[in-house]
Amino acid sequence: MKKFSYTITDAIGIHARPAGNLAKLAKSFAGTKIMIEKSGKSVDVTKLMMLMGLGVKCGDTVEFTAEGPDEEAAAAAVEEFMKANL
Amino acid sequence: MKRFKGKGVYGAIAVGAVSVYKRQNTDVRRTHIEDTAAEIARVEEAKAMAVEQLSEIYEKALKEVGETHAQIFEIHMMMLEDDDYNESIRSIIETQSVNAEYAVAVTSDNFSDMFASMDDAYMQARAADVKDISDRLIACLSGDSGETSDSGGSMIVCADDLAPSETVSLDKERVLAFVTAFGSSNSHTAILARNMNIPAVIGAGEGFLDEIKDGMKLIVDGHTGELILDPDDDTEKAYLDKQQADARKKALLQELKGKPNVTKDGRQIKIFANIGGVDGIGAVLANDAGGIGLFRSEFLYLESEDFPTEEQQFAAYKKVLESMAGKKVIIRTLDIGADKQIDYFGLEKEDNPALGLRAIRICLTRPEIFRTQLRALYRASVFGELGIMFPMITSVSEVQRCLDACEEVKKELTAEGIPFSKNVELGIMIETPAAAVISDLLAPLVDFFSVGTNDLTQYTLACDRQNARLESFVDTHHEAVLRLIELSAKNAHANGAWIGICGELAADTSLTETFLRMGIDELSVSAPFVLPLREAVRNTNLSGK
Repeated sequence: MKKFSYTITDAIGIHARPAGNLAKLAKSFAGTKIMIEKSGKSVDVTKLMMLMGLGVKCGDTVEFTAEGPDEEAAAAAVEEFMKANL
Repeated sequence: MKRFKGKGVYGAIAVGAVSVYKRQNTDVRRTHIEDTAAEIARVEEAKAMAVEQLSEIYEKALKEVGETHAQIFEIHMMMLEDDDYNESIRSIIETQSVNAEYAVAVTSDNFSDMFASMDDAYMQARAADVKDISDRLIACLSGDSGETSDSGGSMIVCADDLAPSETVSLDKERVLAFVTAFGSSNSHTAILARNMNIPAVIGAGEGFLDEIKDGMKLIVDGHTGELILDPDDDTEKAYLDKQQADARKKALLQELKGKPNVTKDGRQIKIFANIGGVDGIGAVLANDAGGIGLFRSEFLYLESEDFPTEEQQFAAYKKVLESMAGKKVIIRTLDIGADKQIDYFGLEKEDNPALGLRAIRICLTRPEIFRTQLRALYRASVFGELGIMFPMITSVSEVQRCLDACEEVKKELTAEGIPFSKNVELGIMIETPAAAVISDLLAPLVDFFSVGTNDLTQYTLACDRQNARLESFVDTHHEAVLRLIELSAKNAHANGAWIGICGELAADTSLTETFLRMGIDELSVSAPFVLPLREAVRNTNLSGK
């Protein structure tokens, strides 16, 4: 299992568009489960509405975990996406 | 003849026949289904149809209102494909043996409730999106495809409220105007209407809906928000005349709209607008200003019985930033004293208020007032492209104290976990001779200068601008004032800052060429002057002289 945490610097937080793109990215790693956790609540990153429902705002620290055959690549891709967009 | 009143969101007049917007029957009935697999297949089919419709709407919106406003429909498509949303529909059909329409309606309620209960305004607004996509899905399931009632000719669409997708789907060629009974003038729908250039009145009230029928004659005045149902001949004629006058003016402006502010030899300049309150935004957009170069924040204090709270200020700043949709908005901090007095500030009477305790001097002596305004500004900064500017600067230490106050506020917000934009530009007004003379020392501290020519003229020429008897001594084109502006421009550019002019002189087209030659980057004028100024810029040629 791969783990990393990330602190949001985007002013509006994980809003609709990046959430959609993040979900799409996570889906591309079929067979690898990517979860995001914010203050004890954890959701599957492929689930757009739940992801938006987490209400991740600027300054929040979230933890990602990736588990499965592609976990290395998946975690690296998600981390890169977060740094570039959020 | 009956009159109603709502809020005009796009200033134009329409006279035509009412067409009551008929929404597909959204009353969903629950029915028992035996073949749940077939029902799930129906959902898939309807979903494909809905996605196709949305991608058409997206394309249409892209052409008519631009990418920023079209994005919402891309998000709608993604939401329709969401796993949880689809799983919820499937599982309701399977476990309860019910029809697809019912399963979608229940899922819609559950998900929109989730968003509506979040403590974040942005996320709360997503509840409407869930409803919008679900209604579309239900319409596809029931095989409805029509959008408006069809009477063949042009019409004024009247509805209780319109969703963004419904607004964009209206046929622009045939819709003369639209009127809604509910909704706010800052809703997505209103913003879209403005961008589609369709006269619209929002919030006409429930009584309006009770009175209208298809085919009735209606006058819509998007300037004032007035609606006149079944007008008499004189009233109709008066409005038709007004409409024609509007059309002539608009044709002139239309020629210049969307065109760049560029001289014949290719030099570009930004033309922004000055406003004194939230209700000026409509005129800014209608006149195609590139941004707001001076937003006077005094109205918040003048309209209020006591100091406006952080929340009140935040709401106003947020509204301006959102309405300008990513265009620059420069808000000037409190500028009272001198000719603008407010009782609850308890300022002492001064013999010479123009040289007295005013503007930034009040803010620096009473930091709690300043802090509240800065907090509201930074909190609102995430909703657009904000610039903050400080008035009446005369020294380096004043600027430093303003910057320190900003840093303090940013630290507070960070500690409280409140988001703010990192791209807020900070600038100062150049409206005292002192500031212009030491502009080389001030420029390294800020992102921009904005020249307030009215005060700069009165202080440079030592002529009270309120004193009518001095008129013959006030030469607004005085070489001293122009030299101070030129000096400031040179020092701004030498230090990587930009410079604008937001005083009355900016609109004086006999000086446009002079300002262009000085390298002024931005001129900010009252909204009606934006397009005439654009014309002047486009007729200027700086080369070969």
